[in-house]
Amino acid sequence: MKTCLIVDDSRVIRKVARQILEALGFACDEAENGQAALDVSKAKLPDFVLLDWNMPVMNGLEYLNAMRKMPGGSKPVVVFCTTENDINHIQEALGSGANEYIMKPFDADIIRGKLEQLGLI
Amino acid sequence: MKSEDFELFSTLVKQRSGLILTADKAYLLESRLFPVARKHNIKSLEDMAQVLRARREETLMFDITEAMTTNESFFFRDQKPFTLFQKTLLPKLLAARVDKKQIRIWSAAASSGQEAYSLAMVCVEEAVKLQDWRVEIIGTDISREMVNRAKSGIYSQFEVQRGLPVTHLVKYFQQISGDKWQIKDSIRQMVQFREGNLLTDFSAAGPFDIVLCRNVLIYFDLPTKAHVLGSIAGVMQPDGFLLLGGAETVLGISDKFKIVSGEHGLYVKAESSYEAVA
Repeated sequence: MKTCLIVDDSRVIRKVARQILEALGFACDEAENGQAALDVSKAKLPDFVLLDWNMPVMNGLEYLNAMRKMPGGSKPVVVFCTTENDINHIQEALGSGANEYIMKPFDADIIRGKLEQLGLI
Repeated sequence: MKSEDFELFSTLVKQRSGLILTADKAYLLESRLFPVARKHNIKSLEDMAQVLRARREETLMFDITEAMTTNESFFFRDQKPFTLFQKTLLPKLLAARVDKKQIRIWSAAASSGQEAYSLAMVCVEEAVKLQDWRVEIIGTDISREMVNRAKSGIYSQFEVQRGLPVTHLVKYFQQISGDKWQIKDSIRQMVQFREGNLLTDFSAAGPFDIVLCRNVLIYFDLPTKAHVLGSIAGVMQPDGFLLLGGAETVLGISDKFKIVSGEHGLYVKAESSYEAVA
């Protein structure tokens, strides 16, 4: 079973995303900010990270940059999932090693479509 | 809704578009026809049925048909047909049309244009191979509203996330407001959109090298499917390709086409010598 780390400071978003991803066959873990996600990633890198941008303590971009520098850190597929919906943010995310980008609000179809494109399902 | 009113609306829609509305679609009919009634200052669907019985008003009949035939679409829908187009059909046609250096593609029932624009994006990705080639992509739809939307090339944030890789969004779209994105002119100029009724109007006429008529036939009854497939065969090159939706087939409906083995949804004309034919 593929593993997924859902990183978002909103408990509601994490719950909705978990429901969608579990239905798609992922074993899900959650983190409420980038630092907590980094701690989880240090213990075991997930196959897939659904990543919010704006979070307290450590934001999503900082997490991505730190995670990519870890041994094996190039492997997880990272999809940003954020309210930041301008092209500059998208380009910055891709330039930092994100694999895909979802602009909130999202639904199950959008997540499924992105995972299909990325070959994860 | 009274059964005689449902019968009146569904018969009108079938005559003008081929779309079959079964009784279980009454909710859909109601939800889509209320705005039409409002637009024409008619109080209820019952009153709208009375108006239709009293006088066959063209604008009202047009709006009813239009409301029932607008279907959703999304970029790179089902993905596989576009991979097939890029990896198999384009190379075949590049070899077969090397003298004319021209490829003509028809996106039938193009809805709001995502299929046609997806094909255009694939062509741009293959630009090196298509240098000096003329690629014509024509999208037709029965709905004027859909054709106008397709021509505008403007899509919501929600629409550009369904099926479209974000790298394509960055490359081929410009953000025109917070949640609106428009296809860049270079892509829009590659596609022509026109109104066209699959039952009667083949003015987008071919000959076409590739026809995509996906997720359309499922809404038609058997005679209408046979009629549409026959008409499509009439505007296709002898060695052209037809792509249908995953739930559609020509089997038992039309002898104008044969299935291509191993390529779900791909058909060639009965007389084609395409080697992968079962």
